[in-house]
Amino acid sequence: MSKNLISIQDFSKDEILEILKMAAEFEENTCQPIFKDKVIASIFFEPSTRTRLSFETAANRLGARVIGFTDSINTSVAKGETLKDTIKMISNYADLIVMRHPLEGSARYASEISKVPVINAGDGANQHPTQTLLDLYSVYKTQGTLENLSISVVGDLKYGRTVHSLLQAMSHFNPVFLLTSPAELALPREYKEYLINKGIRFMETTNLTDVIPNSDIIYMTRVQRERFTDPIEYERVKNIYSLNASMIKGSKPNMKILHPLPRVNEIAIDVDESSHAYYFEQAHNGIYVRMAIITKLLKSL
Amino acid sequence: MEKHLKVSAIKDGTVLDHIPSDQLFKVIDILNLSNCINQITFGTNLDSKLLGKKAIIKIADRFFLDDEINKIALIAPQAKINIIHDFQVVEKRELSVPSEIKGIVKCMNPVCITNHQPVDTLFSTIYENNELKLLCHYCEKITDRQNLKIISKG
Ligand SMILES: [Zn+2]
Repeated sequence: MSKNLISIQDFSKDEILEILKMAAEFEENTCQPIFKDKVIASIFFEPSTRTRLSFETAANRLGARVIGFTDSINTSVAKGETLKDTIKMISNYADLIVMRHPLEGSARYASEISKVPVINAGDGANQHPTQTLLDLYSVYKTQGTLENLSISVVGDLKYGRTVHSLLQAMSHFNPVFLLTSPAELALPREYKEYLINKGIRFMETTNLTDVIPNSDIIYMTRVQRERFTDPIEYERVKNIYSLNASMIKGSKPNMKILHPLPRVNEIAIDVDESSHAYYFEQAHNGIYVRMAIITKLLKSL
Repeated sequence: MEKHLKVSAIKDGTVLDHIPSDQLFKVIDILNLSNCINQITFGTNLDSKLLGKKAIIKIADRFFLDDEINKIALIAPQAKINIIHDFQVVEKRELSVPSEIKGIVKCMNPVCITNHQPVDTLFSTIYENNELKLLCHYCEKITDRQNLKIISKG
């Protein structure tokens, strides 16, 4: 059976470290056309320009040819073809499939049908493991280690899938989590139980200013209006979980701010020039991490 | 002995006793009894010290594999399985919850792939606070007992 990347839980601690090491090598030398003989299918059943371009750039930098579609409007899918049939067809053409799909669990299902490795580029609100790996790479690059860090995760901890995957992946590395959110968007019980079972230390707070001085990483997420039943509540909290330059004055010199992007008002523009801002580099890191993931899966064949 | 007379005895076969009355039709669905050609007798809303009201199913000349019968542990964990030969109970079996459930149950997540494409559901059974829950292999979400819906084989 071929190796896939569907959920961040599919990769062990050693495999995560292997990916990060390979990503660093690709960053050193971005032009490595080692897969000139390979075809990579990039199939996006819903549009996500940012993720798709990052993957397709990674594939091109590795010398691979890219086929696929950017949304399902003009494809056989729109005519009612099942996911099974689409995957069966495409796995006859390509050596690896990168798939984004709005339904949760679609990537796991595709990997069971496909003859070639599948990379999940997002299955609804479920998993987006390459985002998590690029988050880890960004932490590693800026801190020199993944071990024993204080990580503040801020904003929507209830629905934010990037947060849940980050917590799971970082749990290999003995972190302390500072969970900062409005009460209605607090981390769900099952994830807290997961941390407790793993012996990971965490504290919960509603106060962002309290956690800033102790953080090595501040991971900001978007607080979305549609998550609130009470619109007044949204208006009350939307600016509380927003960083500006004056708030980060007393932070550790090594502190870096991450954000999965796109941002709205969680990070004020005046933070962009600060040495703590890292979110644009973070997105750029995605290319090297995706080159590493593609390489690992194609070489495991 | 009087309560046994309410549902006629069978000579050979399987008796499923101590099924909660409100789960009877789900048990019938899970075991696909509507397509079974054997002689079957049902009783329901019978008095039970254990359950208040219970149901009983007697299936003549039919014997189940453990994997088959254990599926009903999801909805009738206290059910008792009696194997009958020549009007005598020759074996009593307890149910045990299987570690994996394939098909049978619907995933409660409306945006799960299994609710939109012809994909068999697959769950692993987990216990949280002593409560049985099903973890979807595909969407990774949990379906609890209150939301457990059986896929009817009609
Ligand atoms: Zn599911």
